[in-house]
Amino acid sequence: MSAKKIIDKDAVLKVAGLARLSLSDKELSRYSRELESILGYINQLNELDTKKTPPTSHPLSELKNVFREDRVKKSLPAERALRNAPRKKEKFFSVPKIIE
Amino acid sequence: MTMKDTPAAGAWLERIERLNPKINAFVHFEKENRLRQKSSRPVAIKDNISVAGELTTCASKILKGYKPPYDATVITKLKEKGYALMGKTNMDEFAFGSSCETSFYGPTKNPWDTGRIPGGSSGGSAAAVAAGMVPMALGSDTGGSVRQPAALCGIVGMKPTYGRVSRYGLIAFASSLDQIGTITSEVSLCAELLGAIGGYDELDSTSVDVAMPDYTKFLTKDIKGLRIGIPSEYFPGDGLDSDVRNSLEEAKKIFKGLGASLVEISLPHTKYAVSCYYIIAPAEASSNLARYDGVQYGLREEAGRITDMYFKTRTGGFGEEAKRRILLGTYVLSSGYYQAYYLKAMKVRTKIKNDFSGAFTSCDAILTPTSPTPAFRIGERLDDPLKMYLSDIFTIPANLAGIPGISVPCGFSRDNLPIGLQLLARPFGEETLIRLAYAFEQATEFHKRKPNI
Repeated sequence: MSAKKIIDKDAVLKVAGLARLSLSDKELSRYSRELESILGYINQLNELDTKKTPPTSHPLSELKNVFREDRVKKSLPAERALRNAPRKKEKFFSVPKIIE
Repeated sequence: MTMKDTPAAGAWLERIERLNPKINAFVHFEKENRLRQKSSRPVAIKDNISVAGELTTCASKILKGYKPPYDATVITKLKEKGYALMGKTNMDEFAFGSSCETSFYGPTKNPWDTGRIPGGSSGGSAAAVAAGMVPMALGSDTGGSVRQPAALCGIVGMKPTYGRVSRYGLIAFASSLDQIGTITSEVSLCAELLGAIGGYDELDSTSVDVAMPDYTKFLTKDIKGLRIGIPSEYFPGDGLDSDVRNSLEEAKKIFKGLGASLVEISLPHTKYAVSCYYIIAPAEASSNLARYDGVQYGLREEAGRITDMYFKTRTGGFGEEAKRRILLGTYVLSSGYYQAYYLKAMKVRTKIKNDFSGAFTSCDAILTPTSPTPAFRIGERLDDPLKMYLSDIFTIPANLAGIPGISVPCGFSRDNLPIGLQLLARPFGEETLIRLAYAFEQATEFHKRKPNI
């Protein structure tokens, strides 16, 4: 393997922060090593010339934008939507204070 | 067996209660709820498909206690048609895996050898059907999660075309790849169950309004004149187990004997499918899993500041593989890497898709192995994520191309482990798969062998 790494520990830490995950030192070492190996494998895609290839974001060309009338319909009552909430207050989800 | 002669629900319940401690196929199973159902048409449901008021946790700690306020469309349809829902089945956490080992509820065991994995991610559904706890089950297939466990458990697994079955109420993993599929003991039940859950749904804007035939009309045994493509890329010199290779060679002869013709085809971008998939799937997953933050449902780890609550909840709630995929997905989408990874993968996806559309101009279906090996041992690949990812090399391309695929039993290894063959067809060609699979099943005895448990 070449000395230059694709992804180092700092990059993994940065990504973990973006994803709101804390990593222990042990996890950081392990994930850094594994992601390096996975990304190393994935880099085989660079063998392919894709300059003129359009990207596929949906597998079927049959799929088109779907429009519907903007009508008011019955929706989930707030009480049922809140039933799974770990914390709630009246008709709202409750979270720690956001604005200091 | 056909639905006409299945035993009453009570007999299935007894079997589930007796065998589940050994197999761990069901993770949420409340007998009281089951006994109230009078139907003798039992279906097990993968734990990522929403059933109103019943635990639906994706086998993850982060969805602990979650009971959806609504039914998935497939559940609404099953209820309307009189099926009995027998409980929620085990899976790799959020369907991230090929072995059913990453579940928060512990691994499911393969009924053919309880020291081995049942495949994944729909391993609980496949093991439940293979062990005779239910005749049929629903799973979901993002990269082979219905077909691979069906192959490893010696039963039938169908991943329909992307858009054939509504995904409303399926908890999202990778939205451009996910599809609900069927896992059944026989092809006739596959035809029946697919017809029961398929069709356009205005609640899922990716479901497609294409007329759906009565699939049971294609259980005919007549496959004369059908052209089956054999892609050399799926029969590599190395990496394919010799028992799998031999079973597939036998299968080719059987299809030929039934009047189908075999044609050589090439799918040249096959070797890039796993790389392409392990950019697109984690990228979409990292985005879909951003919603688990302790606010609306599931686990919440309290903290004084909201950001700390997010960190504590997600760090404590997601398992090891889920974190690995979130990290990988966030990385390939992050600023500066999007073009090199995500955009590149979407372009390679076009090439893989074009391989299939080219191949289907000269054949009606494609025959491949479902999995390169029979079931491996529990723990064997857990320390090597890349090796685990390569387990899905033959099933991933169909998800990237959106085409339907079915796995059918086609043999046993020297260790008496089931082997499956995979058939692929063009979009909305499910009836071709059912015709071929049924003719093959009826011409062979593999589906009649049951595990000794």
